[in-house]
Amino acid sequence: MILAVLTVAGMASAMGLRNAVHCVLALTLGFTGVAALYLQLDAQFVGLAQIMVYVGAVAILIVFVIMMTHRSEPAAPPNFISLWTVGSVVAAAVFAVLAWAICCSAASTQGLPPQPGVTVQQIGDALMHRFLLPLEIMGLLLTAALIGAVVIAMGHKEDMK
Amino acid sequence: MIHLVQLAQQLDQVFVLAKHWLLGYVPAGVQPLCSAVLSVLSVILVFPLLFAIVTWIERKGLGRMQNRYGPNRVGPCGILQPIADGVKSLTKEDIVPITADHAVHFLAPVLLVSASFMDYAVLPIGRNMVIVNLNAGVLFFFAVGSLMELAVFMAGWSSRSKYTLLGAMRAIAQMISYEVPLVLASIVVIMQAGSLSTVAIVNRQATYTGIWPHWFVFTPWGFAGFVLFMIAATAESNRSPFDLPEGESEIIAGYYTEYSGFKFALFFMGEYIGMFATSGMAITLFLGGWSAPLSFLTWIPSYFWFFAKLLTLIAVFIWVRGTLPRLRMDQLMNLAWEFILPMTLLNIITAGVWYYMPTGSIRWFVCSCMVIVPCILLSRGLKQKKRFQVRTYHFTQ
Amino acid sequence: MNSLQNYLLLSSLLFSIGFAGALIRRNAILVLIGIELMLNAANLNFIAFWRYGPAPAALTGIMFTIFSISIAAAEAAVGLGIILAVYRHFRTTDLYHMNSLKG
Repeated sequence: MILAVLTVAGMASAMGLRNAVHCVLALTLGFTGVAALYLQLDAQFVGLAQIMVYVGAVAILIVFVIMMTHRSEPAAPPNFISLWTVGSVVAAAVFAVLAWAICCSAASTQGLPPQPGVTVQQIGDALMHRFLLPLEIMGLLLTAALIGAVVIAMGHKEDMK
Repeated sequence: MIHLVQLAQQLDQVFVLAKHWLLGYVPAGVQPLCSAVLSVLSVILVFPLLFAIVTWIERKGLGRMQNRYGPNRVGPCGILQPIADGVKSLTKEDIVPITADHAVHFLAPVLLVSASFMDYAVLPIGRNMVIVNLNAGVLFFFAVGSLMELAVFMAGWSSRSKYTLLGAMRAIAQMISYEVPLVLASIVVIMQAGSLSTVAIVNRQATYTGIWPHWFVFTPWGFAGFVLFMIAATAESNRSPFDLPEGESEIIAGYYTEYSGFKFALFFMGEYIGMFATSGMAITLFLGGWSAPLSFLTWIPSYFWFFAKLLTLIAVFIWVRGTLPRLRMDQLMNLAWEFILPMTLLNIITAGVWYYMPTGSIRWFVCSCMVIVPCILLSRGLKQKKRFQVRTYHFTQ
Repeated sequence: MNSLQNYLLLSSLLFSIGFAGALIRRNAILVLIGIELMLNAANLNFIAFWRYGPAPAALTGIMFTIFSISIAAAEAAVGLGIILAVYRHFRTTDLYHMNSLKG
């Protein structure tokens, strides 16, 4: 319960704070909260991979981009768009619909089933046998994304003169 | 004779037995909590003490290597110097710049020290002496190690100073670049041991043929992996020759310029504790953890061997610091991405070949060639690429 | 937190917070953060269903989440590269000023 409150607080402040770097630090707190929830749900590998990938790489990447796109303007632009009430109402409506759907469903109030006891070896076996094609496609996709991101962000040499 | 063997085994397990005896005084409901608290307390007491001793060893060692005495005023041979340093850093005024972000400025050393101490949860310090035997122990170690980078950024950014921000950016770029070879160099061990659990990896290495142990460092891929892991670990802890982000002649103190007093001591301690943890992981992965080097020395307690190996690796770190010059930032990055990373990938292939070849001297020869020849070719090829040119400057718009 | 319902409610709350952030904020990077938040909420949903589901030994939930984390990281990298390229052109990350396609 405490974890849930911490995660929601982290994510809410990630969306609500004024300073962009504070937002990213709150987001990191939210990521760690989600990773702790994964550990609570007995998904050890996913929780640790979440910390390693999201906190260790994605958060730092976002921080780098904030640093690179930061202009020390004397007047910071306002944080929320002018139609922020409409946006909040839409998001609250989405949450209301999802919560209604969850509470009306029958199979979601049972207790905790026994622990599955998943080892990393089983995950590795599944990756190599049953999920081999998605794994290879992932490798290809990550390579393409890496090269694409570098090409897009690098810019052309002529623009820099 | 039997009494001696039993005495050796009891000496080996003395901390485990002491913990069980202490837990006997606690009601059964809170025993798991007390067991966890005792383990954590022992780590918190032992490793800062080791940190204090190592600061003294480092200053004396570096001094001797630089043809000067180290500290020799405080106590005989300067041995009370760590206490003097501790008193100094605790009594200094804690200056926070007025434009600094106070919350983040306060939290950065806390996060660094917490992340460094959490690394010890999966290191097996002796036989049956690991705090928690996670199934994905090595992954936990690297995941928590990546929290340290965020702490470095928080420190550098919150001080709102040019030097700190620049130092923090350089430090993070360096740490992320060397995290990839660090993880890849440990994958070789995970492949051979078949498990991510540190206890299982050490147990695989604790067997002997004749008098020689089965440590992974005594195989070609293990030796290459160990060297690459140590290079990456030196860069991860921002130590010389990779200490451009915090070199005093370069950037004052880099990302912890604006810290003083106790917070600076926390940063210092966090960095050294992180270095010990990475050395501990190198020992666990490659040097056989707590197992003795020769099979007739197993009567010496296992934690003694762990700390002996740890002190040896720390001495190697200090030696490298006193010997090699500092690398420039682009040289650092080139080394990581163009030399260390391909070598780790080739090392993984070599370990695969080792696993599938029949045992004998032929696989030693093949795997040694697979490791040494690309190393020589790559280093020669990379050296010839750099030619001196006229410098052109691109100014940002 | 001992039932599937609580985890699903938490994940839908996180999703709607991320959705609100992606709709409301003016800085392009913070919109991307909202998208990452939505992906995290969906991953939490997968793991909760895997844990409470009928066949946890099939590892489908974990596999999906692993691939989802990888894809989210790749997408964050590409999105941030695009933001950098757009910044180089418009000199701001304010979404109000990125309103013309003409170069």
